This record gives sequence, structure tokens and C-alpha cells, in this order.
Amino acid sequence: MRNDPAVKLIDSKGLRVDGRRLDELRPIKMEVGILDKANGSAYIEHGKNKILAAVYGPREAHPKHIALADRAVVRCRYHMAPFSVDERKSPAPSRRELELSKVIRESLEPAIMSEYFPRATIDIFIEVLQADAGTRCAGITAASLALADAGIPMRELVAACAAGKIEGKVILDLSDIEDKKGEADLPVALLPKSNVISLIQMDGSLSDEEFRQALDLSTDACRKIYEMQREALKLKYHIVRDGTEDKEEMAEVKA
Amino acid sequence: MSATQQFSPVAKLEQKTVVDLILKGKRVDERGPLDYRPLTIMLGTVEKANGSAYVYLGKTKVLAGIKVETGTPFPDTPDEGILTVNSEFVPLASPTFEAGPPNENSIELARVVDRGIRESKAIDLKKLCIDPGKKVFMVFVDVYVLDHDGNLIDAAAMAALGALVSAKMRAFEVHNGELKYKDEKIPLPMLNYPVPTTSVKIDGTIVLDPCLEEEQVMSCRLTVTTDKDDKVCAMQKGGLGVFTPDEVKQIVSTSISKSRDLREKILSKVK
Amino acid sequence: MHAERKQLVAPGELLAEGPYFAGENTYREGGKIFASRIGMADVIGNKLIVVPIKGAYIPRIDDLVLGRVTDIGMSGWQVDICAPYPAMLPMSETPMRRDRESGRRDLGSIHGVGDLVLAQVIAFDRTRDPLLTTKGRGLGKITSGRVARISPAKIPRIIGKQGSMITMLKKETGTDIIAGQNGVILATGKNPDQERIAAEAIYMIEHEAHTTGLTDRVKAMIQERMKGKTIA
Repeated sequence: MRNDPAVKLIDSKGLRVDGRRLDELRPIKMEVGILDKANGSAYIEHGKNKILAAVYGPREAHPKHIALADRAVVRCRYHMAPFSVDERKSPAPSRRELELSKVIRESLEPAIMSEYFPRATIDIFIEVLQADAGTRCAGITAASLALADAGIPMRELVAACAAGKIEGKVILDLSDIEDKKGEADLPVALLPKSNVISLIQMDGSLSDEEFRQALDLSTDACRKIYEMQREALKLKYHIVRDGTEDKEEMAEVKA
Repeated sequence: MSATQQFSPVAKLEQKTVVDLILKGKRVDERGPLDYRPLTIMLGTVEKANGSAYVYLGKTKVLAGIKVETGTPFPDTPDEGILTVNSEFVPLASPTFEAGPPNENSIELARVVDRGIRESKAIDLKKLCIDPGKKVFMVFVDVYVLDHDGNLIDAAAMAALGALVSAKMRAFEVHNGELKYKDEKIPLPMLNYPVPTTSVKIDGTIVLDPCLEEEQVMSCRLTVTTDKDDKVCAMQKGGLGVFTPDEVKQIVSTSISKSRDLREKILSKVK
Repeated sequence: MHAERKQLVAPGELLAEGPYFAGENTYREGGKIFASRIGMADVIGNKLIVVPIKGAYIPRIDDLVLGRVTDIGMSGWQVDICAPYPAMLPMSETPMRRDRESGRRDLGSIHGVGDLVLAQVIAFDRTRDPLLTTKGRGLGKITSGRVARISPAKIPRIIGKQGSMITMLKKETGTDIIAGQNGVILATGKNPDQERIAAEAIYMIEHEAHTTGLTDRVKAMIQERMKGKTIA
């Protein structure tokens, strides 16, 4: 990541290549429950990122020997489609995809109440259909929704967003060109209710002050994204009321 | 090494329901034996790819993406571009799909889709030559299965066709073997539009476009790919059961007319 | 209380503070009670619960379940009851046959792989797989009828308050309906059309479980479909 003098990432008005302010998020769209076979699923468009997340579980552990006695095994696979990036990517998992699968799992697992399902597995699949930087964060946001959609007990949702630095300025939510030509990239995942960070990675160069700024920018954005997640879930499951109380509505629940 | 695949994950009684209905001329979802499920095609969903198409066939969902890049030609076809079809049965599409390299079903699907495109000469590969023997364009067709509710082959091939027909590549000219890109975008050099139709045999009855429940009770399937001139360009039989020669002839005739309808649907989307 | 009764809540949402108990699908943290699953918040006395919309089937003792035999072992059958754990039906938990030959019974002749059985859960805890029994009235191998598979969280809706929904379904379609707690439902009628309409009604309820006026709409749908169908 080097400063290329030929490409100006911030113009004279302080706006970025795509017209955003330094602290502005890209447009985000979320949809829950779009797949039929998966137990839970969600689709997210974050800028030009298009990512599908799905969850199967809790389900029987296959092979049996991976099962844990006291809680569910959480498995996560982050994978990019060959046509998702500028230069076609081989479908075989790369080292980057393997690393991201691990850090994404570790960002979601703290929120999952896996102790409810000993000896079972909860499988999370993230497929990047189109990538434009920030895929692991958007993937985490979508996977969170997919987990909730699958009815898996969670302490709370997880929201993620990256911040970084371009041309000496700390910015929020890097796009592809900013990631490639910028000076720092800081993806962060937040558990918004508890206000704790479950994923943080960084590459580039940031001073202590710049780091604090970047962290604040990303955690604030995570909170905004969390509100969008809640909206997306409610939209999927809105209760239709026609004014009259339907005596069937509160069907018996087993105590 | 190929091995007999796992038996059906539904109870015998449920299988019996599907079969009993078929014998009465009905199907689980109340379609006629020759009816396709509702088909939706969305083109250009992945803008970064040269072409893309998202197909909904009933609840089956398949996404195909096209990438055009440069590379070296095969030695036996030095003046032709290269076509590669790959398919991914990603684990999120079905509880039966495991992460890992393509299994035999995924590979079979990719090769059947490839055969249809290649044998019908759908892409004019000669127009994709840059410098004979040295440089050509490579067309990568990547089929991504996202939700498996039966008949992945047809859905995948239709997605591949939709993606190819709507794909755009940078216009180019070749001067002394040197590639120069121009500003505008041009479509891929397409000459033909192959479309497969898949039939399955269930207790002696033949039905088209099997949903997952029907695939789970079928004895065998036959995919027939036809081109714009009603010529059969590829066929593939799958499953442990067997067809009589008359059944095969019947299926081919049905397929030719069915493919026509499907082709029209796909091509009308590109206007 | 922070959440209203019957409010849709997502995991991590604050339901209440203070003298409340954390019931199903909620958890307590530092004096506050939060939802752990997506569903409808409700209060029973001073116990907060969330009625889930979706989720895997976790067996409970005494549950009636419909399962598929997947394997035959030395002393019983392995049964898939759509839970994260395979269930076991031991031979000792099947009704004794009076004409039993001495020596080992041929398990395969009683239940084969792929058979559908109606059973009851007699044991299940965190350390072992669920145990089933078919000793009981009406339990055992199922040989006819149409199966509908839905999300187990919707089974209470299929049954309805004091069985009102399932009674309506049986009456209007003329079928006998058994709803397994594991989301597998069996509809048995005199002809396949009745069974199919029952299955359609069941899927309709699953799809629209969160709406009001459902019972009447389902009843109307069934009556419409039943017109012109011979009810033997």
C-alpha cells in the first residue's frame, strides 16, 4: 500500500473518489431469509460488495470426532466466487480465505450461546459474490443476521466495519481503491450491546492518535449497522395486525 | 473413484407419496409432467464480472459469472480462444453439500454445461484470437449453486447462457500480434444458444424439470441439450436406472420443443 | 419492562430490568434481562419469555415425534428425528410380540431403514442422545398417509389454543392429523386429495404463522379446495 501521487483519493473539497465524506459509510442494503434450504440466511450489499451468508445448525456433528462434550462446534467458511474480483480467482480456498474463515468465526462465536448444544455443530457459510474491500466485515454483519434467522440463541448480534487512512487522513469504510492505495486498513467487529470488540485486525501504519480516531469511527459505524440489522430482522418477521385480537395468536408455549 | 451415493434422506412413505402421485399423472407441486417450475432470470447482477445471470427455477437458485482474461492457447487450437466451465456446489446451498473440491456431481454438471456450449459452437472462439499460438482470450464460466431444490443442470446451463449472452468485454484490435483495447464494450461473439432440458423417470413415468423430492425418488435422468436450430448437441444420462430406446426418443422430441420455449425466455431478457 | 407484550425482539434486545425472571429464550445479565432469540416477547406472571419464530428441534421428554429409521444396530434402531442428535429406539422399548421366536429377533423385519415411526421421547440430556419408545397406544411404524415437514417452532400454531387449529384441520379435511413436536406431521385420509389439502393447509399455517385471522383463512382455503373432491 503506497501513496500513488497520480491517483488523488481525496479531492480539494475533502471528498473521496466515490463522493463520500471522510467519515461516511457506503450505502448498505440487507435482506434476511432469502434461501430455502439453509436454516438461516441473509444477503448484504455494502457499497459494491455483494455477500450471501447462510447457517446450518445446530445439527449433528459429522465426523463425530470433532464434537465437543459441553458445547456446539462452530464452523465458519469464508469463500469468494471466482468472478467476485477484478482478476478471476481460482475457486480453491486461498490462504487469505482460510485466515479470514478463522477470524470471522472468532468474531461471531463469542455471541453464540453454543453451550446450549453440546456435541452438535453450527455451520456458518459466507460467499462473496462481488468484492470491493470490507468483505470480512460485511460478511460478519450478514452472518450475524443468518444466525439470528436460524433461531440460534445469541447474546446479541455482531456488527462490523473497517476504518483506515488515506493520504494522511483517517477515514471510515474503505472501498477497493482506497484499500489498495491507502496507508492503513482496520477492520473491526463489535458486540454493540456489550460494547466489546470481537474482531480487530490492522495493516499499514497508524500513530496512536490516528488509531484511536480510526477505532472510534469504526465502532460508531458498527452501532449504526446494528440498527440496520435490527430493522432487517423486523422487516422479515413483522407481525401483521388487523386491529382485532386474534385469540389464536398466543398459541400455547411449553413451559 | 466414483462410489454409490447416499440413499435418500426422506422416509420411504414420503417417497411413496411422490411416486403414487406421479402414477396418477400428478406431481407433488401440482405441475403437469412436462411443466417447468416458475423461471426467473436476472442479468448483470455482478457488475464486476464481464457477465452474470441469476436464475430462479422454482426454489433452485443458481448464479453464473463470466470473466474474460487473456492467456495462451492450447497447442492443437492455436487460433482459438479458450472456454472453461467450472461449477461450485457451495455448502450453503444444501445440507448435503460439503466444503471441499468439486465432487463428482459438481464436475458432471460443469462438463455437461460445457458440452452444450462447446458442441453447439455457441461462442465463436476464433474471434477471440489475439496472436495465433501466443495469445488468446479465455472465457471463464463459473456456475455457483446457491440453493438446491432439484434440476441444477438446467438451472446452471440457463444461468451460464444468460450470463454469456449478456456479457460485455472491452472492444479490442490487434496490430502485429499486439493487443490494443478500445474504449467501448462489445458483447461476446455468440453464434448459438444451447439450452438443456432434463427429464427423470419415476416408476416408469417421465417428467420434466424434477424438483428435489422427485430427484430423490427417480430411477434415472436424461439431459438433452439442443441449439437454436433444434439440433441435439449434447446428452447425458445419470442415475442407476435404465431407459428404453423408445423412452429416449420420446424424451429427445419433447426436449427439442421445450428448449425452444426456454431459449426464447432467456434471449428475451437480453433485449 | 422495556419490551411490550408480543413485541418482535432480536437477540440482545433489552426486555426488562428489575424483579423479573429470565424464562425461555432470554438471559439475565447484571440485573437486566435480554432476548437471546428472535421472536415475540411475552410475560407470564413476572417471567419474561420469547416465543421463537424459528429454531432447531431440541427433544424434550414425553415429546411425540415422527422419525425415519436410518440404521439398524445390535439392540435397536437409529432414528432421525430432525434434531442435532440421532435418536435411539432400543428393541426393549418396542411392544413384545406374542409369537416371538426364542433367541434373537430379526430387527430388520420389525423396522427397516427408511421406515417412518411414531415414537415418544423417554430420555434426553446434555450427555447422551435421545431415547425413544414405541410402547404406547398408536405408536410404532407408520404405513400410510402424507408427511409434511415444517419448522418445529410452528407446531404450537398448528395445534392451536386448546387444539382448536388442529381440530379444525381434521374436521375440514376429513383426515386424521398427528403433529410431531419435531416438526414432522402426518395426515391420513381416505384419499390422497384430502391428504394433500391437509398438507397445503399445514404449509400455509407455517408460512403465515405470525398473522392474525389465520384460522378463518385456512378454513376458507380448505373448503375451497375440498369442493369437487370426492370424500369417500
